[in-house]
This record gives sequence, structure tokens and C-alpha cells, in this order.
Amino acid sequence: MQLRSWTPSRREIMEVGLASVLAAALAPRLAMATEETVAAELKKLYGDKPMAGGKIKLDLPEIAENGLVVPLNVDVESPMTEQDYVKAVHVFADGNPLPQVVTYRFTPQSGKAAASVRMRLAQTQNVIAVAEMSNGALHTAKAQVKVTIGGCGG
Amino acid sequence: MAIKSKPRIKAPSEAKAGEIIEIKTLISHEMESGQRKDSTGKTIPRAIINTFTASFNGKPFFEANWFTAVSANPYQAFFYKASESGEFTFTWKDDDGSEQTATAKLTVA
Repeated sequence: MQLRSWTPSRREIMEVGLASVLAAALAPRLAMATEETVAAELKKLYGDKPMAGGKIKLDLPEIAENGLVVPLNVDVESPMTEQDYVKAVHVFADGNPLPQVVTYRFTPQSGKAAASVRMRLAQTQNVIAVAEMSNGALHTAKAQVKVTIGGCGG
Repeated sequence: MAIKSKPRIKAPSEAKAGEIIEIKTLISHEMESGQRKDSTGKTIPRAIINTFTASFNGKPFFEANWFTAVSANPYQAFFYKASESGEFTFTWKDDDGSEQTATAKLTVA
């Protein structure tokens, strides 16, 4: 067999380039949550009720080297009395395959509406917390975590 | 994976009335997210602990619903306002229906 040297023409280079761009665009991608899926989850929980800022302290690393174990601490300001306490806190991640992370249910006996857990983050994304007070008021907070190595297998 | 290992609890054994104490828990569990694929490309089904409950003298005061984003070997820290002596009961509920409990005593001076 004889080897033939082949010099691609300009047109051929353009065609190959275009084909690879198309292939990349059409490749199946892992479905990820988005800001919209998080908003949809919240709508399921609380409808269109307005949410205020403040009261929630989200303690998260700015940069997570390992997305498999990202420490998450939520602390909601509240007197935690029978009359005025935090009922629930929901935490979402808008770039994971599924948006939910954790839901906490507190009681006045909790003393403090704060809890820590370790979570998986697939990529750099926002972590969103929503707190439901005993009087029905909603508060929200958001923080971005930069993830160096994603934590969702594969 | 059913829950096999003994959970670890870190909680003070004594507290003053009205004191807010921190309780830390840790349990061994794979927390299989249902997102991973095995070597043949088949999705490994989800198998996680979905609910953690903390009670004092039989009265629940804290609950956490864990989703697939919770890391393997889940750690959970939370608080309790001490009022009387008694016993904590912590319960972990697995997707497969199994449960594991642990207890800790608290003396209020």
C-alpha cells in the first residue's frame, strides 16, 4: 500500500471544523437543574408568595476544591419562641442534576434555627436558601460556590 | 444499601436550663445518588437516607429531609434548647424502609 500525502484544502478544513462544532452541540448532555427549576420547586411549595431578603446567613466556601463534600451551614435569625420561630428551611442548588439539597423542620425547642450538613455540587453554581417563618413570611438568600472538581460521579 | 454501621453522636451530657446546645451526628452510608452509571452504562438506582429526626423524651424537635445532593456518610449538626433531663432519640430512615436509631442522655442541672 502506498501512503499518499494529503494537504487539505481551505474548504475541507472549514467543513471538518463545522462538523465538529455541530457534533459537540448535538451530544447528549446531562440534564441539570437551572434557576427556573429551582423557581418551579419554590412555586410548588409556596405559590407566588413574595420573599424578602435578610435574616438568613448562608455559610459556604467561596471555592470548593472537592464538589463531593461541600460544607453548608444555614443560620436563620429568629427568637425561636412559641409565637415567633422558623418553621422550615429549604436549600436548593441550581446547577445539580436535581435542585433539592435539604429541607429542615424546626420547632421552638430547636433553640436556634441553624444546621450544618455536607453536600455534593456538580459544578460551579448558586446555592439558594428559603426560610418559612411561623407567621408565614418567607425569606431567601443566595450564594455562589465555585467548584473545582464536580461531585456527581461520572 | 441498608443502614449497617453504628451512628456517631456528639452531644453534651449536661446543660443548664435554657442553654442552647449543639448536637453533631454522623452515619456511614453511600447515599447513592441515582445519577451514577455502572461499568455497563446502567444507572445505579438511588438509595439514600431520606429523613433524619431528632426527638427529646419522645417529642420531635428537629427534622431534616435529605435529598440526593447530601454527601455520602451524612453529617448533620443542629441545636436544642435544654429544659429538663431526659433522653434524645435520633432516627435515620433509609429509602429501603429500614431505620436506625441512636440515643443520648442529657442531664439538666
